[in-house]
Amino acid sequence: MTLGATRVAGSSVKGERATARSTLTKGSGLALGVSVLWLSILVLIPLGAVVIAARGGGWHGFWSTLTNPQTAAAITLTLGQAALVTVLNVFLGTIIAWVLVRDSFPGKRIVEIVIDVPFALPTIVAGLVLLGLYGPRSPIDVNVANTRSAVFLAFAFVTLPFVVRTVQPVLQELDIDAEQAAYSLGASGRQTLLRVILPALAPAIAAGAALSFARAVSEYGSLVLISGNLALRTEVTSVRILTYIENGQTGQAAVVATLLLVVAFLVIAALDVVQRRVARRG
Amino acid sequence: MASARVSRSRWRVPLRVLAIAYVGLLVAWPVGLVFWNTFADGVGPVLETFQDPLVLAALRLTAVSTAWSVVLNVVFGVTISILLVRYEYPGKRFLSALVDLPLSVSPVVVGLSIVLVFNAATGVFGRPLADLGVRVLFATPAIVLATTFVALPLVVREIVPVLQEVGTDQEQAARSLGASGPQTFWRITLPAIRWGLAYGLVLSLARSIGEFGAVKVVSGNLIGKTQTATLKVEQLYFDFDKEQAFAIASLLATVSIIAIIAVSVLRSRADSREAS
Repeated sequence: MTLGATRVAGSSVKGERATARSTLTKGSGLALGVSVLWLSILVLIPLGAVVIAARGGGWHGFWSTLTNPQTAAAITLTLGQAALVTVLNVFLGTIIAWVLVRDSFPGKRIVEIVIDVPFALPTIVAGLVLLGLYGPRSPIDVNVANTRSAVFLAFAFVTLPFVVRTVQPVLQELDIDAEQAAYSLGASGRQTLLRVILPALAPAIAAGAALSFARAVSEYGSLVLISGNLALRTEVTSVRILTYIENGQTGQAAVVATLLLVVAFLVIAALDVVQRRVARRG
Repeated sequence: MASARVSRSRWRVPLRVLAIAYVGLLVAWPVGLVFWNTFADGVGPVLETFQDPLVLAALRLTAVSTAWSVVLNVVFGVTISILLVRYEYPGKRFLSALVDLPLSVSPVVVGLSIVLVFNAATGVFGRPLADLGVRVLFATPAIVLATTFVALPLVVREIVPVLQEVGTDQEQAARSLGASGPQTFWRITLPAIRWGLAYGLVLSLARSIGEFGAVKVVSGNLIGKTQTATLKVEQLYFDFDKEQAFAIASLLATVSIIAIIAVSVLRSRADSREAS
């Protein structure tokens, strides 16, 4: 839940210049060996196997899978809705973080807890939860079940904490003196916001946006009940992969999975660049 | 300090209303509604649900795989965090990226990767294990692997910043006074990171209980055998057994809300201790 915060704080691990010199002792070297072995068995070799399986059909097989109309529709829908939700999160996430840091009202701690709920709530329960208020039996008469709006809604739910939790600690640390200096020198509220506050928050907003995009693109559980998984209409990439697996088309599943891995990798690389730029400036 | 920071902008109240309305409509109201629906017909049907042997089997499986996943992630999480903060070696950034990777990988892809490597017919690990008579896929070991994979970064990401903040002074003092490596770890390092470890543990517990997509792919979803609590919710919902689905969903939601409150309380306690 403080994912973003710890990532930003942990940036110096990555920011440190890699030295070829090793400071490992005998015991820590053994621990490193065991840890790397564990990560290889659990993460590296299985994900490598996905990429290898994707190469089975050659470049042609890769391309024909991705251009299959149903698969292409799923990928377009997922990337499009994830981008839209990320834009929403950039604005509303930053506003919520600002309210949590700069405002004070009764029940603020409850809002803090509610924001973290999507992070800990099982995704299948999230789908059930959304269906209650925005499904066929909605008490407010809003039914988005089995439409593209359902995909957007589910993405918005599961990605809510990311921008809030990356921006909040930075806003908390932000020197209020700089803002007051800007005001006392005659800057308007808008000028202070655009020239002083937002530039300081930009790296955190970017990091939160990247995390929220990555989470939305890879989302599966919360969509199962609410999106209807209709081919060409509301089927997202993860559901498409699962359909391939269930049909025994492992090669095709691996191709689409590799595309998602590439997206995940690009997001991690982008985060790394942002964090190292911040580390250098700081 | 917080009061000195309160903004006096005329936007303050409208923004507050916007934030509360968004969070309320998106999360608070829908979550509240699930509890409401669960108890719509009283407590009786809910209690009945938790006497169903198949529901209990699903809950038991979730408990067992969560326990394994939390233990594995705490042991390796603490080890990897110390390796990332206290030592220098080539490839450290790669290790750090590898630990972060599960955060952005789709659960379905995680499931597929485990199927490819651990299936008994063609898997790199699955075939030799099958020769030894060990069944991984469509059984508890695969469910444990899947939940461990998805919760992997949570402990590390909580401990790393704490280790960086506490520094090495006390550890070096202990070592120079003749403490052994293990003594330094148990007496100095572990107490220093205990809060970070506590948050990481609670978060990975919540994540493991809630895992759905990866488990769906690797478990085979055999009712009463390899069906976890989250898979049971899906099956009951599609079988139009909504009462039972809501009852289990409410239980899972309660556990995750308790986890969040626990972390929030632990964190504010740790913060106030730091400040004093």
